[in-house]
Amino acid sequence: MIRRLTLLLLLGTSAAWAAPDPGALKAGVLSPVMAAPELKLQGSDGKALNLARFRGKVVLLAFGFSNCGEVCPITLATLAGARKKLAADAANVQVVYVTVDPERDDAAQMRKFLGSFDPTFIGGVGTRAEIDAAQKNFGISSTKTVNADGSYNIGHSSSIYMIDRAGGLRAVMPYGHPVDDFVHDLKILLRQ
Amino acid sequence: MSAKKCLWIAVPLVAVLVMLGWAGFAPLQVSSRDELFEIPKGTYARRMAGDKVEILPSRIRLTLGLNDVLLLRNLDDVPQVFGPTIMMPGQSFRLPFEKAASYDFACTAHASGQMTILVDPHPAMPWSKIRWRVIKWWENRTR
Repeated sequence: MIRRLTLLLLLGTSAAWAAPDPGALKAGVLSPVMAAPELKLQGSDGKALNLARFRGKVVLLAFGFSNCGEVCPITLATLAGARKKLAADAANVQVVYVTVDPERDDAAQMRKFLGSFDPTFIGGVGTRAEIDAAQKNFGISSTKTVNADGSYNIGHSSSIYMIDRAGGLRAVMPYGHPVDDFVHDLKILLRQ
Repeated sequence: MSAKKCLWIAVPLVAVLVMLGWAGFAPLQVSSRDELFEIPKGTYARRMAGDKVEILPSRIRLTLGLNDVLLLRNLDDVPQVFGPTIMMPGQSFRLPFEKAASYDFACTAHASGQMTILVDPHPAMPWSKIRWRVIKWWENRTR
């Protein structure tokens, strides 16, 4: 009897933990919403890459590089998974992946790399100065580490920016969120 | 032992037990789940002038279901980078957490450039509730 009462008491007092609001984004939300900084790059699809091109779509923007062995494949697989789960709605979601390694990543390389995850993904390439400007505008940091054999790796910011249909920088999803969190947030952004 | 002596021991003991019972079983209540931190105006200028200004603690502790939303406001005149994002002047960033873990972020508002967010699980058991209340009481006292 006492055990049962204790259990009831514990369950009753634990119920005070309200679940997160289902209408709220799981990503970090920026307020007030400001226009996303414009990109002035070349796209891996051969066209000029700017965000204005994708007005009317929700854009998922991230930075990385094709030789990345850890973070980028996971991010890209997650974004591809989210688009797959969105089914028909995926047509209104554009993934843009800007290189932080312009010395090695050209349009063809990015197209090949991104295409292995989802052929609709568009890569952003450009000169070192153009990439630096894009990184600065979005607060992206990257650090090059040279190995003993001369090869190098690049540590970089790994968040995914969520840009709404009107071009407003709405939210930022930190690295490591599962596919379902993206699907949840994209459905909300697509309804607006 | 005399009855009077027994009473001297029993009364405080009962009081402590009642207090622990309340702290362990009463529902935890918070007015807001947001843990607010502001980057004041002039932070960047002060840092550029060589002032080792500390605005944010190097470690922020949050608890799921109670205060599990980090709310940052950039009141400075220049953009500030907090971990996953850049915040324009006047902008705020509201980041909810749903998993108990330790999160490391880069943060330009912090002198070391690094910040750790420690998210504790929701205190469901009596002992963890008492612990949470003690930590909150201590934080409010030292703030």
